[in-house]
Amino acid sequence: MKKEFEILNHTADIGIIAYGSDMKEAFANASKGMFSLITELDDVEEIEHRDIELTAPDLESLLVAWLNELIYLFDVDNILLKRFEIKQLSETQMKARAYGEKVDASRHKLKLGIKATTYHMLKIEKNNGSKVQVIFDI
Amino acid sequence: MPPVKRVRKMAASWRSVLKKIDDYRWEIPKSYKAGMRVPGLIFASEAMLDNIWEEKAAEQVANVAFLPGIVNHSLAMPDIHWGYGFAIGGVAGTRVQDGVVSPGGVGFDINCGVRLLRTNLTESDVRPKLEQLVNQLFINVPSGVGSTGRLKVSEKELDEIMVKGSRWAVEKGLGDPDDIPVTEASGCITGADPDKVSKKAKQRGIPQLGTLGSGNHFLEVGMVDEIYDRNAARVMGITEIKQVVVLIHTGSRGFGHQICTDYVAMLGRAVKKYVIELPDRQLACAPVLSQEGEDYMAAMAGAANYAWTNRQCIAHWTRESFMKVFGKSRRELGLEQVYDVAHNIAKIEQHTVEGRQHTLCVHRKGATRAFPANHPEVPAIYREIGQPVLIPGDMGRCSYVAVGTETAMKETFGSACHGAGRVQSRGAAKRNLRGVDIAKQLAERGIIVKAGSMSSLAEEASEAYKDVSDVVDVAQQAGISLKILKSVPMGVVKG
Repeated sequence: MKKEFEILNHTADIGIIAYGSDMKEAFANASKGMFSLITELDDVEEIEHRDIELTAPDLESLLVAWLNELIYLFDVDNILLKRFEIKQLSETQMKARAYGEKVDASRHKLKLGIKATTYHMLKIEKNNGSKVQVIFDI
Repeated sequence: MPPVKRVRKMAASWRSVLKKIDDYRWEIPKSYKAGMRVPGLIFASEAMLDNIWEEKAAEQVANVAFLPGIVNHSLAMPDIHWGYGFAIGGVAGTRVQDGVVSPGGVGFDINCGVRLLRTNLTESDVRPKLEQLVNQLFINVPSGVGSTGRLKVSEKELDEIMVKGSRWAVEKGLGDPDDIPVTEASGCITGADPDKVSKKAKQRGIPQLGTLGSGNHFLEVGMVDEIYDRNAARVMGITEIKQVVVLIHTGSRGFGHQICTDYVAMLGRAVKKYVIELPDRQLACAPVLSQEGEDYMAAMAGAANYAWTNRQCIAHWTRESFMKVFGKSRRELGLEQVYDVAHNIAKIEQHTVEGRQHTLCVHRKGATRAFPANHPEVPAIYREIGQPVLIPGDMGRCSYVAVGTETAMKETFGSACHGAGRVQSRGAAKRNLRGVDIAKQLAERGIIVKAGSMSSLAEEASEAYKDVSDVVDVAQQAGISLKILKSVPMGVVKG
């Protein structure tokens, strides 16, 4: 199977490099990678979904806004998300649906708290497929 | 002719860039990078510089020097390490009149800080009940990823917390009125405006009030190991070796994180509007006196006051835990607050730079305020010794209490270091310590650790951090803070 994402270790924090055949897939894999830092995704069932629509001034800000939106949902709604369908994605807006379930302390192990997504070392590449890199503040 | 390379390569070594001022001061000349408005100044020993250079933290000090209105130097404390926009350990003063405020100079965890309580117990009183005490603290103080608080506050109450700070908790019976004067800014900075805080931030803030959080946050029962200045220690109510103290390290939780997230996005747009040239997006900023700048300051003040309320609540539950385990009243236990400091904050302060008085927005990101004796903002009881500076180390080593100095006032806008600083990534710490039972290792040394996620303890092991003693010694040698005492951990609650 093609690699979806890898974890990027950084002195104080941690990041994700995500790959995709297109930008939509790279965005989806970045969010999957982020939730893999929070919990073991194998333990998460697809029970609920959330629809998310975002706009931002450019693609980099959109990626940051997307991941920050998911951090917010996890924090407020206690929802762990594992599968992401990016339905629309332009330079400045996106629509997506994310599937997962609420945290159940008896089945889910929470590994890491993420404060926010940062712009540091943020990279978005479009040649021979898409690749995005982000670092989280934890 | 080949095209001119636009990407400037970083020099291979600090030796070709940094100018040695003395053994503990290293200047980054203004000429290092076009766009720097002032030189950089790093407080460090020569031995620390390789690491600082390699992880590009010095580059971040140079980047901060681009901020409009910055005066004196872009500063770095001895615990400097790489951060977002600003390095951790970064300090910058910008003129309020024509300078900017940058959320990157405060950090995501607004008013992350430390509170120190003392007791009149000694090691021999606590040791027999240590495990029970750590367990009680673990029950009473919610910690860990996704933890929610015991307080159920309404949105209206959250608005009050943003405006009142620590006093809100004390009025609710969570703490003692005596705690307020020994809290930086009396636990409340003015100017908070709940209307400048997003619905999202409020939603994250409400359930997390009164929680320790995860990562490097902790609650530590420790004992005094060394006293360097008997008089100053006595003023702080600490008179003997092995006297038991408590350190609380946490901040504004998801509330502050969301406010920072919101305003980095908002000020990213302001950078374009006000045509500010920046070398790093994470330094997004706006003029202090612009609508955007004022809005950020009003929201940040709300998060800072939330953080003081948070530490106030946790201190109260810490006292309750001691009272339960030892069956004594708070007065009998002598459980008084020594001090509470913020180490991620921006504040409007008066400073003299090159003989001129300035009203500055002082950004301290992973730096502790360190005001000297006789400064009007130092609480009356500490007026003769200077403001206590609380410098926690990692869970296996030690922590320090120092005081601020006149040198700090002159050179660093009254700031000193805030902790140890990481040297290893979480992944590297986990890899290197694979199979090592950190809790067991610490237990063999008499330190009991209880964490929500025992498996992530390795990430916070001593090996992942610089030795805080080296950091504090540099601050001491440079004269920006003076050591008063050292404590060592006995029991630790981690997220």
